[in-house]
Amino acid sequence: MASIAGTKAEDAKISWTSYFSGGAIGPFIGLIALCTFLAFTSDTFLTLRNFLNVMDQITVIGVMAIGMTLVILLGGIDLSVGSVLALSGMVLGYLGNYLGWPFGLGIVAALVVSALCGVVSGLMITKLNMPAFIATLAMMSIARGIASIITDGQQIVGFPDWFSSLAIIRHFGLLSATVAAMVVLTIVFFVFLKYRPAGRALYAIGGNPEVARLAGIHVERATLLVYTVCALLAGLAGVILSARLDSAQPSSGIGYELDTIAAVVIGGASLSGGVGGIGGTVVGVLIIGFLRNGLNLLHVSPFVQQVIIGVVIALAVAADTLRARHR
Amino acid sequence: MAEQPNHSDVVLSVRGLGKKYGPITVLTDVGFDVRRGEVLALLGENGAGKSTVSAIIAGLVRPTAGTMTWMGKPHAPLSPADALSAGVGLIHQEMRLLPDLSIAENVFVGRLPTRQGRIDRASINRRAEEQLRRLGLDVAPTTLVRDLKVAAQQQVEIAKALTLNARLLIFDEPTAALGGEETDLLFRRIEQLKAEGVSFIYISHRLDEIARIADRIAVLRDGQLVATHETAQIPVKVLVEEMVGRPLDRMFPTLDEAPGEVLLEVENISSPDGTFKDVSFSVRQGEVLGIAGIVGAGRTELVRAIAGADPISSGVVKIQGKPIGLHHPSDALDEGIVLVPEDRKGQGLILPQTIAENIAQTNYEQIAPSGWINPRNVNHFARSAISRFGIKGQAEQRVSQLSGGNQQKVVIAKCISRNPRVVILDEPTRGIDVGARAAIYDVVADLARRGMAVIVVSSDLDEVLGLAHRVMVLSRGINRGILERRDANRLAVMELATT
Repeated sequence: MASIAGTKAEDAKISWTSYFSGGAIGPFIGLIALCTFLAFTSDTFLTLRNFLNVMDQITVIGVMAIGMTLVILLGGIDLSVGSVLALSGMVLGYLGNYLGWPFGLGIVAALVVSALCGVVSGLMITKLNMPAFIATLAMMSIARGIASIITDGQQIVGFPDWFSSLAIIRHFGLLSATVAAMVVLTIVFFVFLKYRPAGRALYAIGGNPEVARLAGIHVERATLLVYTVCALLAGLAGVILSARLDSAQPSSGIGYELDTIAAVVIGGASLSGGVGGIGGTVVGVLIIGFLRNGLNLLHVSPFVQQVIIGVVIALAVAADTLRARHR
Repeated sequence: MAEQPNHSDVVLSVRGLGKKYGPITVLTDVGFDVRRGEVLALLGENGAGKSTVSAIIAGLVRPTAGTMTWMGKPHAPLSPADALSAGVGLIHQEMRLLPDLSIAENVFVGRLPTRQGRIDRASINRRAEEQLRRLGLDVAPTTLVRDLKVAAQQQVEIAKALTLNARLLIFDEPTAALGGEETDLLFRRIEQLKAEGVSFIYISHRLDEIARIADRIAVLRDGQLVATHETAQIPVKVLVEEMVGRPLDRMFPTLDEAPGEVLLEVENISSPDGTFKDVSFSVRQGEVLGIAGIVGAGRTELVRAIAGADPISSGVVKIQGKPIGLHHPSDALDEGIVLVPEDRKGQGLILPQTIAENIAQTNYEQIAPSGWINPRNVNHFARSAISRFGIKGQAEQRVSQLSGGNQQKVVIAKCISRNPRVVILDEPTRGIDVGARAAIYDVVADLARRGMAVIVVSSDLDEVLGLAHRVMVLSRGINRGILERRDANRLAVMELATT
């Protein structure tokens, strides 16, 4: 078989392109097409100001989508992220504004509470063998309920200036602290999934958990950890949202779990697990972000926007399954 | 057994059959006859075109050339339903039944008779029961398929075809999942149906079965018909050479005679659910231990436990005299024990991933000793494994696209690249064609030569006898004896296996 050896140049090309695309080439082309279309139809779309606005708008979904990518890679799903986001904001607001805790400590506590939600979901899935859909559906209701109980459904308004400014002040005229956090986390998890054996183990578990177990991977431990990280990131998204809005309310983040799942799926991940990646998810988040932004710029009504986003989800996944069938 | 051939007896005749997928030719000019009430065995290596031929006859695939005549009329089924209504049924290797429906519902699925707009359950139960009784299956037609054993599920498939008045049944590896007794039962049914005038096309890798059940043999190689035999009493060597296309000097490699120090000791281990009890044995460096026994004897469960995949309730496993704790497969891997599992697709491979990813998964300590993966090293590692094990495929190819033999080599490659001390192979050649088999036997002998302790579990007696220095025989979870190579023969093994 002469073809196996190949030339050095060929080998390098094959390995690098396939390793990084991870199924995200199609969505990426879609993103470019979308941006090109918007650049021609709206004169404000292609400005730095607008771009930075979009970055601000996608921070919350972007951070949550990282965790959701890990969960979906495992072949799982997490419906509780929207509720955990709300709970995180309410814990932060309650500890800071009602109990007078130092705000930094409040942030830590909010993240710990969020992570605990993930631990509970993870234990329900690994120890009680509950389907992830059901376990996180339960957690979605529980977290939302606790978020409402804290202030009996009242919102909490007015946080310290340094905190709100995290989402407002753009350092070097470009990045706010919150956007920077999203960018850093994205890079960290991208590198983790690509270049660390533990990251590749998630692909193995999603591809076939029994094969992964026989390969010496601790599947239960990894699953528990992934749901914890996903909830932790949802909690962080709650902190970010509180900073952006300078308030926290028990009803925030309703439906965010679906936006997050949509972004991950548009990015080429498979709900049956083992396929996807941060690269694709970034593209998915950007598609949703630019689409919303562009449709606003074009004065399309929010109701029509919903329809369009639904169509985009369907098209993205249909394109993917058609491609899979051709292989 | 077969009557004098008579051309008026021909029920199916296939002439000049060809199939191309785009530029790839998988079948060229295949022609043969099937006569009334006979079993025609279709032999060939994996990829020889057997499944394509049967898929065309059963209406799953349409040919690109050739004609078929069925009961004197042109036969060009557009769908499996088409073929079935003409009387041609295909029984798949893997059952295609709905586990949560009853036997009767499965038999009549897609054509449930109704009375006054409601499903006529009395009628389907009665008619299903008739067929079940005809097949000697003593279960209620209302039993859920999930509650049946694999062999009984196969009978349901047959019953389904029979209620459609099938006159030709195509069996694709029907005994792959059956034990010896179940195979006997299946063969009795086939004989009985033959007497009723039903014809069979029978595909199997087990040549000893062919001699028992077939009347005539057709051999395919690389999509072409290379031989037809008017009798099934053909020496195995001849058939194998026809399938492989070259003379086979030897199937099994020679083994080095003198194994070294005792490496693996298993002392009195039992499983929590009693599938194996109080089993003890040891394996030396450079030794191949065969484990024989009938299906259900507890062989797979035993080796899975040694590999840390299933729990042990009592007893110890020692490596070089040192007891090891086995709580998770990673514990066994850390001690250098690897398992090449029985079920390639379910336990050995991640099908949507590439060869490189599959091989890398268990070998990141070597590929990325720093903890950081360089994709180029992943591919490099995979390519060296591909050439070492003679895998026909490329690093970037998905394992789902490979043949069974090559998939098995990938599983072996991924396990062996760790340089283990103990290698356990469970049914290493199940469903693999003859040529690839010999290659796998060579790998096994090579592992022993390098000083590893090798355990081979197999239902194929020739394989165990040909490969192993010693053979341990299990039956009903108990070690019935370990035979030295010079004492090990079919009879001795079967005597112990049936105690």
